[in-house]
Amino acid sequence: MRNLLIFVLGSVALIALPYGLSFSQQEILVFLVINILLVTSYRLMTLTGEWSLGHVVIMGVGAYASALYTKELGIYVPVSMILGGVTAALLAVLLSFPLFRMKGFYFLIGSFAAGEIIRLIWKRFREPFGGVRGISGIDPMPDFSIGIYQFDFFEPVSYYYFAGVIVIASLWVLWRIEKSPVGLTFHAVHWQDKLAQASGVNLRAYRTLAFAIASGFAGLAGALQAHYVGTVNPNSFDIEVMVFVLTWAIVGGTATFYGPILGCIVLTVLNEIVLREMGLEQARPLIYGAIMILSILFLPDGLESLVQKVTRRRSAPKPEEKAAT
Amino acid sequence: MTDFLEVRNLTMRFGGLTAVDSLSFKVEHGSIHGLIGPNGAGKTTTFNMISGFYTPTEGQILLRGEDISGLKMHEVARRGVVRTFQHSTLFAELTVLENALVGTHMPFRPNIFAAIIGWDKEDRRGAEARAREALDFFGLLHLAEERAGDLSHGHQRALGMAVAYASHPDVILLDEPFTGMNPEETKHMMGLMRRLKEDGITILLVEHDMQAIMGLCDTITCMSFGKFLAEGGPTEIRNHPAVIEAYLGGARHVA
Repeated sequence: MRNLLIFVLGSVALIALPYGLSFSQQEILVFLVINILLVTSYRLMTLTGEWSLGHVVIMGVGAYASALYTKELGIYVPVSMILGGVTAALLAVLLSFPLFRMKGFYFLIGSFAAGEIIRLIWKRFREPFGGVRGISGIDPMPDFSIGIYQFDFFEPVSYYYFAGVIVIASLWVLWRIEKSPVGLTFHAVHWQDKLAQASGVNLRAYRTLAFAIASGFAGLAGALQAHYVGTVNPNSFDIEVMVFVLTWAIVGGTATFYGPILGCIVLTVLNEIVLREMGLEQARPLIYGAIMILSILFLPDGLESLVQKVTRRRSAPKPEEKAAT
Repeated sequence: MTDFLEVRNLTMRFGGLTAVDSLSFKVEHGSIHGLIGPNGAGKTTTFNMISGFYTPTEGQILLRGEDISGLKMHEVARRGVVRTFQHSTLFAELTVLENALVGTHMPFRPNIFAAIIGWDKEDRRGAEARAREALDFFGLLHLAEERAGDLSHGHQRALGMAVAYASHPDVILLDEPFTGMNPEETKHMMGLMRRLKEDGITILLVEHDMQAIMGLCDTITCMSFGKFLAEGGPTEIRNHPAVIEAYLGGARHVA
């Protein structure tokens, strides 16, 4: 009953949210929703203990793929978005062959190199990737109506609802995966790969699985972004964006599902509302770097540890009550 | 009795060092087989080769006549040979129950699509039941919700065995299971191993605790400097001149 109430109130708040915002803030809201999917998919990857620097490029793969499917092949936009995600996942499976010969720090560098190669391919080949300028004039999501609401995708509010539904569905799938025996195996691979292997876990297969799922959802996030913005180019998926994703994940904390989401929301609000008001948005990398250092120094477990402290304090007396009765 | 697990001319060279030199022995089904030898004799290396952690330079490991040498560790595990590790190698950040659940990976293979839709409820229930059964066997059930890293040393060793036991193995390879246990815990653990044997599980163990080895094993293989030295029952090994020499160093000359 209480959960139902929270669910209803939460949905109403999410639906009502854009009406309290200005037009530019509504646009930011759309990007925020897409970035939440990006950073949550990144967390699934980190569950197996491997941190990648190519995640944003993989997102770009989804964006490029979806854009090209609609432009060159004329595929219906929502279908091409899903195909974009599938393409990103398949590419991840291919990349896993060279990349998973490495672990830890070497994997980090290897994934960065792989990402740069993909970006150079986009830059080098005018056909079909459009070179440095990328692809513009990507088909927008076609308008449609569901009776009570008319979706007009030049309005950020409409796109917010559309992306919101897709992102929530994706988050639900990612949540289910993490809470399943598959998710437990990811954790096992992270903490003691040798013991996991001795228990019959195929390490290669599970690392690849996590990489492919994370890449698939990152690709979907990329596709959502491409059809909203209308253009993709190699520079919108460069290492600077990757550093933002890392900052969200690290500042939020990766021990819980909601940690990276929290980091993404808090830092986006800070960046877009506070910094923009102060006219400091050019200094974003500088301030993000400072926040990252400060959070590592003073909040090593991330923002999620603050939430955990509050919830634990509230639930702490309960076991004593149980013991007493 | 058929040859259940057979090691044939097993050799491992690390560069110029021959850690294990043409070692052969047979493990009978349903027995407790001990592998002993002075430090540096190559016991753990042999273990690592049988479990697939190392690929032998030469020789074969036959399980029910099938050559399993050079297979990866998870492939060996899927054929029923599950190992434990020398130190308390556990998923320290996970709870005790979750540790045991990882052990049920083989009998209850997770399926990602079923997990998303929610069609694996029976598998999950089965896996949890099996995990609890394994914990109960090793007397850890009351600690199920504890973090594995917070357990005492004895409990951690027991949990390592519970993880292996949870996977319904045919053979358990125990690497120094009694290290760091007090006599009381050792005695208790020996009792558990006899019960494992009654369940039809074959046990191959490497151990330094001679009392435990002599009291537990049906057959003992002794090796020294990577070579096969002697094999036999506990009394035979205890009185074997070559074994005494290997442990005490030139006992025959002294006498």
